[in-house]
Amino acid sequence: MARTLLVVGTRKGCFLLESDADRRDWRVRGPFCEGWPVYHAVLDGDTGRIYAAAASEWHGSAIWRSDDLGETWTHSSEGLAYEDGRRLSKASTLSSAHGRLRVGVEAPGIFESRDGGETFSLLSTLAGQPGSEVWDDPANQPPGHLGISAITADADDAETFWAIVQGIGLFETSDGGTTWTPRNRGLRADWPREHEEVGFCVHKVVRSRADGDRMFQQNHVGMHRSDDRGASWQEITEGLPTEFGFAAAAHPHDRDTFHVIPLDPGHGRTMPDGQAAVWRTRDAGSSWERLSNGLPQRDAYLGVLREAMAGDTYDVPGYYFGTSTGQVFASADDGDSWAEIASYLPPISSVEVATLD
Amino acid sequence: MADVHLPMTLTPLFAGLPRRLDVDAPTVDAAIGSLDERWPGLRDRLCEPGPAIRRHIHVYVDRERAGLETPIGPRSRVDVIAAISGG
Repeated sequence: MARTLLVVGTRKGCFLLESDADRRDWRVRGPFCEGWPVYHAVLDGDTGRIYAAAASEWHGSAIWRSDDLGETWTHSSEGLAYEDGRRLSKASTLSSAHGRLRVGVEAPGIFESRDGGETFSLLSTLAGQPGSEVWDDPANQPPGHLGISAITADADDAETFWAIVQGIGLFETSDGGTTWTPRNRGLRADWPREHEEVGFCVHKVVRSRADGDRMFQQNHVGMHRSDDRGASWQEITEGLPTEFGFAAAAHPHDRDTFHVIPLDPGHGRTMPDGQAAVWRTRDAGSSWERLSNGLPQRDAYLGVLREAMAGDTYDVPGYYFGTSTGQVFASADDGDSWAEIASYLPPISSVEVATLD
Repeated sequence: MADVHLPMTLTPLFAGLPRRLDVDAPTVDAAIGSLDERWPGLRDRLCEPGPAIRRHIHVYVDRERAGLETPIGPRSRVDVIAAISGG
């Protein structure tokens, strides 16, 4: 029987939650990575290796890895440093595909490992892109200081991937990071911008597995959809309770179905009115429905960060999200009902899911 | 041989690394280099590019705050401390 594994990054280490294909009963293992703050943890689908991007206040940034599903761990930061005087404050995000582990860091840059996370080399700082004169100044870093806040691989082409520069926008490369193109046309920004192509606060980009041309984006100001691989965007916020949020997940088989967790946009950044809910569209954003069966509806001021939601690939897909107060919620029926499968973890930064045979 | 004491946050990161060990080196930098030869990657956990000792790592030689170039005597005590930080 297939096993379902959640890889959960928290402020106090990495945890693994394991179940079978029914996804009802879960076993928690951890903490791993010696309790280091983990910003993003992933499982490489080809090798089964787990990677965790972590940054210790004492011992700096490193990428932890486990070849045996968490039984043993090691770490490395060899080559994970700027040589031009820029400071690498943290490894923020990971992408592992095609035998290439890519690490997004702050100050904004992307490092790559082709030896399974043993050594790293600088791939790109997106130098010269519009806005780079701003993001290279440490004083201009937005809250969180994530730099490159997300990297999205292309399942078919190792040379193509997308990167989000926090507070600046989305960029695409099709030559392995040598050249870049801003992909922000049609996005909304409610603030003055110095460049036509950038200055957008892209929180999360999810690409449909069912249709590679389709992407969904949770922005600081609105939900957006692209039907041309990010070349242009149209807003689909209408019907959602707020325009703000971080986490999102696309249906694995249906190009029109997509889940998002709206949050209050102020300082709180928790679910509106203390009532937990995931919102789903089945028509590519023309309409939205509120999903709350099994989620707390009183005094539930839950925050969910950008990497803290994931969806699996079963015929009836499951979804998972982790909160800033340490709960993990799971749905095994496409979001129709939810259950709390972990209650007392440290604040959660990331949730990724894998199915193991 | 200097008497080197390491923080408890460091030793779990490297197999077989003890909290206390003897190191024969003329400076703090050389001592860290000696440890890095035996436990590859250890330098990165104590130093950042520059090189410099990491901001929240403090090194004392014979109870005096030290830098990478600080000399170590044959009977020195070297304390590597993970400073109070975080929560």
